[in-house]
Amino acid sequence: MHNVSTLPLHINHLHVTRKGNLLLCDIDYSIDTAGVTVILGPNGAGKSLLLQVAHGLVAPDEGDLKWNTLSPHPQQSWRAFVFQKPVLLRRSVRANLGYVLSLHKVEKSKHHELIEEALEQTGLAKLAERNARVLSGGEQQRLSIARAWVLKPKVILLDEPTAELDPAGTAAVECLIETIAQQDTKILMTTHDLGQARRLASDILFLHQGRLVEFSPAQNFFQQPQTEAAQKFIAGKLLNGGQKK
Amino acid sequence: MNDISQAFAKAIQLITQLDANLLEIVSLSMRVSLTSVLIASLIGLPLGAALALYKFPGRGFFVVLLNAFMGLPPVVVGLIVYLMLSRSGPLGVLGLLFTPTAMIIAQTCLITPIIAALARQTIMDANVEYHEQLRALGAKSFRIMKTLLWETKYSLLTSVFAGFGRATAEVGAVLIVGGNINHATRVMTTAIALETRKGDIELALALGIILIVISLILTTIVMNIRDAAYKYYN
Ligand SMILES: Nc1ncnc2c1ncn2[C@@H]1O[C@H](COP(=O)(O)OP(=O)(O)O)[C@@H](O)[C@H]1O
Ligand SMILES: [Mg+2]
Repeated sequence: MHNVSTLPLHINHLHVTRKGNLLLCDIDYSIDTAGVTVILGPNGAGKSLLLQVAHGLVAPDEGDLKWNTLSPHPQQSWRAFVFQKPVLLRRSVRANLGYVLSLHKVEKSKHHELIEEALEQTGLAKLAERNARVLSGGEQQRLSIARAWVLKPKVILLDEPTAELDPAGTAAVECLIETIAQQDTKILMTTHDLGQARRLASDILFLHQGRLVEFSPAQNFFQQPQTEAAQKFIAGKLLNGGQKK
Repeated sequence: MNDISQAFAKAIQLITQLDANLLEIVSLSMRVSLTSVLIASLIGLPLGAALALYKFPGRGFFVVLLNAFMGLPPVVVGLIVYLMLSRSGPLGVLGLLFTPTAMIIAQTCLITPIIAALARQTIMDANVEYHEQLRALGAKSFRIMKTLLWETKYSLLTSVFAGFGRATAEVGAVLIVGGNINHATRVMTTAIALETRKGDIELALALGIILIVISLILTTIVMNIRDAAYKYYN
């Protein structure tokens, strides 16, 4: 569906400042690996903010971020964003998926097939006619991922997709993320959950106090963290990564 | 006492026999108020949504104006429309004064601010919840507005009914611009206000009963919409 090349993701000396606070400071890195890249870090480190910049929801104050040669804006249908707490429309599960397709002007004749596929993938086929607002938290998040997946995007960004879910819901969503990543969709997601990062990540960007302090393949990161902050975080001693005011 | 019970019996009779005069008045009332509420909704709902979502110079002033107009006494609205439509007024050439059209204009002016102000509040509240999500999904601002109007349709519908309730109940505006002319501009409220004094208590009473019934039906509809929406979403 999408005739664009999106990798590598180039992040060039990216700065984001709000109310005099430097929230993201000189992030400079390129991602060219497929699979699941996890932005890891304690609460307040700037993970969500970086992900929002990657979707074009927040504009950087300095530097830039480009998917290959493309600057992100939210209307690009080759990339989708999944929030920690999804807001679903007051209509059926199926109609929620149809909404996104019509938003991106996908031909009507293709809707049925794309929707069925997304429902099947996410295990929501039986709930297709159910009102989205009455689904359980786990089902809502799966629908939110289906809503991303239905556009067959090349990139899906997920911001702490399981932070609101119980263990069963978390397991289902993680399983879904793995399946999607295996089908050639780049996953860039944030989490503060070490276990989740270990389970899903092929590589890690470790963010602390608005800075990218470490980036490496997941295995290396967990076995030989190079920085003190990462070591502390892995040992469970670093819980707050907010800005020093 | 006997007079009143007799009048009441006659009023019931007028209603059950579908008295022609009564029907004419009721149907003109309905035509005027329904047309007004339709026009007011077509203007007020998008206007309220736009005021909630778009920033433009003078928006604050506009919102204050809207909320002030919301509580305007019907006689004042009637007076302003009268001045506009009177022979020496800017729209005098149209010759609309003392016609149902003038009454529709006056009621539309009366309830558009109500519907717009309520819609603005509803859309603003919904926007807090939806905005980031819809933007991230790729919706542009006009699509966001359409989506929010549809998502909040049940609350908006109750605002529309509030407007309709106000239109059917008011006397001042339609009296001033309509003039309560028999077979032309006489509606339920103006008939009650003026015919009682002239001794036609039966007609006034019958119209009063019908107004109460309409009000009961409206309230029931609104309550049922709320209940149904609540059950659907929870
Ligand atoms: N729009 C904003 N205005 C001001 N401060 C913000 C804004 N967005 C985020 N922040 C601050 O930036 C920091 C990083 O936020 P965030 O990216 O949400 O962290 P994380 O997702 O890693 O927990 C926090 O200190 C937060 O309070
Ligand atoms: Mg976050």
